[in-house]
Amino acid sequence: MKRGLQDNEPEDGGGPSGECERTLKRLCDPMSQGDLEGISWENLPQEILLHIFQYLPLLDRAFASQVCRRWNLTFHMPELWRCFEFELNQPASSYLKATHPDLIKQIIKKHSNHLQYVSFKVDSSRESAEAACDILSQLVNCSLKTLGLISTARPSFMEMPRSHFISALTVVFINSKSLSSLRIDDTPVDDPSLKVLVANNSDTLKLLKMSSCPHVSPAGILCVADQCHGLRELALNYHLLSDELLIALSSEKHVHLEHLRIDVVSENPGQQFHTIKRSSWDAMVLHSPKFNLVMYFFLYEEEFSPFFQDEIPVTHLYFGRSVSKDVLGRVGLTCPRLVELVVCANGLRPLDEELIRIAQRCTQLSAIGLGECEVSCSAFVEFVKMCGDRLKQLSIMEEVLVPDSRYELDDIHWEVSKHLGRVWFPDMMPTW
Amino acid sequence: MTVNTVHWFRKGLRLHDNPALRDSIRGSDTLRCIYILDPWFAGSSNVSAALLFVIRGQPTDVFPRLFKEWQITRLSYEYDSEPFGKERDAAIQKLASEAAVEVVVRISHTLYDLDRIIELNGGQPPLTYKRFQALINRMDAVELPAERITLETMQSCVTPVSENHDDKFGVPSLEELGFETEGLPTAVWPGGETEALQRLERHLERKAWVANYERPRMNANSLLATPTGLSPYLRFGCLSCRLFYFKLTDLYKKVKKNSSPPLSLYGQLLWREFFYTTATNNPCFDKMEGNPVCVQIPWDRNPEALAKWAEGRTGFAWIDAIMTQLRQEGWIHHLARHAVACFLTRGDLWISWEEGVKVFEELLLDADWSVNAGSWMWLSCSSFFQQFFHCYCPVGFGRRTDPNGDYIRRYLPVLRGFPAKYIYDPWNAPEEVQKAAKCIIGVHYPKPMVHHAEASRINIERMKQIYQQLSCYRGLGKDGPSWAEAAADEGRQSLCSADDEPDGTSHSQDSIWFGFFSPSSVLTLGLRSWTDAGQMSSSSSNRNHPTCRGSLTLQSNTLMLEASPQSDGGGGGQGRHATT
Repeated sequence: MKRGLQDNEPEDGGGPSGECERTLKRLCDPMSQGDLEGISWENLPQEILLHIFQYLPLLDRAFASQVCRRWNLTFHMPELWRCFEFELNQPASSYLKATHPDLIKQIIKKHSNHLQYVSFKVDSSRESAEAACDILSQLVNCSLKTLGLISTARPSFMEMPRSHFISALTVVFINSKSLSSLRIDDTPVDDPSLKVLVANNSDTLKLLKMSSCPHVSPAGILCVADQCHGLRELALNYHLLSDELLIALSSEKHVHLEHLRIDVVSENPGQQFHTIKRSSWDAMVLHSPKFNLVMYFFLYEEEFSPFFQDEIPVTHLYFGRSVSKDVLGRVGLTCPRLVELVVCANGLRPLDEELIRIAQRCTQLSAIGLGECEVSCSAFVEFVKMCGDRLKQLSIMEEVLVPDSRYELDDIHWEVSKHLGRVWFPDMMPTW
Repeated sequence: MTVNTVHWFRKGLRLHDNPALRDSIRGSDTLRCIYILDPWFAGSSNVSAALLFVIRGQPTDVFPRLFKEWQITRLSYEYDSEPFGKERDAAIQKLASEAAVEVVVRISHTLYDLDRIIELNGGQPPLTYKRFQALINRMDAVELPAERITLETMQSCVTPVSENHDDKFGVPSLEELGFETEGLPTAVWPGGETEALQRLERHLERKAWVANYERPRMNANSLLATPTGLSPYLRFGCLSCRLFYFKLTDLYKKVKKNSSPPLSLYGQLLWREFFYTTATNNPCFDKMEGNPVCVQIPWDRNPEALAKWAEGRTGFAWIDAIMTQLRQEGWIHHLARHAVACFLTRGDLWISWEEGVKVFEELLLDADWSVNAGSWMWLSCSSFFQQFFHCYCPVGFGRRTDPNGDYIRRYLPVLRGFPAKYIYDPWNAPEEVQKAAKCIIGVHYPKPMVHHAEASRINIERMKQIYQQLSCYRGLGKDGPSWAEAAADEGRQSLCSADDEPDGTSHSQDSIWFGFFSPSSVLTLGLRSWTDAGQMSSSSSNRNHPTCRGSLTLQSNTLMLEASPQSDGGGGGQGRHATT
């Protein structure tokens, strides 16, 4: 007996999913190929269609939606509109194409209440930032879980009128009430808008990334820490970090923090930075023993004096500018939890002792990257001998290694490979 | 039957190691050597007069005429591996076969037959230099350079030269080509094969002196053009790369009394070979869009900023001095190239490397298509899996190379009066110092066009964003861009290509890591949320996916914390792979 598939025919398994499974089985079974009379493209259950559509890039999906009414209906199913990334570029400032304005209109009209995970990528033009905010302001029916405002070049959100930005952002904060993940780096967000965020989303907020938001004060971020007890990831600039903040994040009501990223950026040479008490860091480690502390330093050499004087639980350390031998020496002494270290540049005095000390004292170190530095080949081999078994990543520019009496450049990669247990080469740059 | 031969010089402007010319002379009755000045490409040429017919026009117009007029029966030229060259030559070959002209082509612009290298790599060009070196090790030895062509080689072959040869076919002067010649200083890089060969001898003498065969330490003098520099001569083929290769080998054997020289000895030649190989089958090699090996990066369009960089008006003395030397002399040291390329692209200005390619093409004597584009992609971290954390500081790097600042004073005389302390960052000099130097920053010399620390902070974030998205494709099999998978494979394989087998652990991701470190630890740098691919099944493409076209772009990775289980604090990478 042939069974034709009809949408509403109740079967043993009941409902659409039973139907789905059976159709799939029949489609996949080579024996039943001849038996597929009742199945045709128009009758393909919507679940299957949806599943297939999820694999298609948006453009292809859009073309598919023009095929017939059923496919068009499927194209507009809410499941396909949960995530969207708006790309806003102007031809004058970007090489890349933007999300089509008609598509944007359609989304706002038909799907704004389906959107849950949304990001905006804007180029360096003010118009793009403003367009992003215009869209944001219209998302009144949205209850977003994720919002990301991402500048792909210069931070254009900083160049638009602040009030426009704040009011657009506030629309989302107030209407969503279930924001879990928020990424607003390089934006003019301020303390009052953070208060609005907290007032509406304190139960759900888990991730907040707001590096380089100059209009926020330590009090503003403290408010977030005090109220959002589910916060697991936080990224901010050093000027917002305070002992109170760390204590708040370590309070009993707070979940374990997983990631804390801190950018330490110098606006002008000779800037003074405050210090954080050892006891505050200790409280953090006690409360969240596994948390990752990620620190990016963009300082002039002379501005490092407040740092690395006392033990600090940093795990991932990145020096974006030249950092002195002395500071690297202190890193070896004060960073027992260090897992990753990247040194962009150092100078022309070899870092031999400093590296050895780091190998000795930073027993968790598993990744290191050295840019414009100097290390003698012997010291480097020594370093790799000491921590080769735990080093997953070792990235050294070829120019960094200084041949000495024991090793020449051509030998060194074999020595290092031996101790690492895998073939290794330094990073190279083309020589023309 | 008379054999009338035409040898077509394009690059390969030499008589030594010119197997195409040598082979085509055999049995020829007449030989004419031509150089075609294609009006579209009249930019740079390096041509000397003897025995040469310079013809203006496009090759597809010129050849049918010549075939008839001179009753040509044989055409020879050196193989050109660049995509444009191959296309042009295919057209000419067609014309030749229609005119019953025999075509003689030989490889001598590269050390190897590039198609063989690609074949050895399974039909794909190698995408990492390490892989390339491993392949080279497995290739047959480089062919010896062909012997130099002399009058003896010619034997009874003659070149018919008419009375008005110079008028019709003479080498045009610079003025005739439309270049401004007033006030030109004497050439730092005199052209031609003779000069090339002399330089080669000097270069080898110097190398023997630096008996260790390491690269000599970089110092202030390295920045200046030397009489031993060879790159422009290699580009135009005034110097045969194979000759250079064998001379280096001989010298090494003499000095080291060792039989096998390391690959690093041939660094300059092998890099050139590498880029030629990656470019030969890729007509889009010099572009970002449509280029399968290039990461699509959202560079900024900013013609004003670009002009400042190109004209040496950035306000950063180190960058400006380099660009000035480039403009005046046509050559800069490769580390200087890194500095300005980094500044333009991922370091400071965030402008597309394609713009840099164009400027270098115009100004740089040794910039040929493959090497120029390849190097720019490399330096801007757009391809070849370069780590992007190391950034050349436009102040610090210069200062460390030439602490006294003589290089700056030489090319930027306006800054001569500054002491070494301030010459790299003159805007930080106190007013009295500026006054004493008779150069007020902002008036006589521009203020710095960006705040470097801020720019590099922003740019490193941008690069990370890009690479994080890419790292999502690893391990996704068919969903990922094919080149990323191919290269990831390459990484795994290149680890096993050497004699020592690795421990068999899963460090295979190490040779190619996107982001600072492996994806799982990129994730731990607080950015995990944006790579969780619980959504990957529905948001499977972005611009870096080869099938993504058109303006409709798709949502990419957004967080779905609920879907990805929180393991311990460090992990959490599992959610990246497609669910369902």
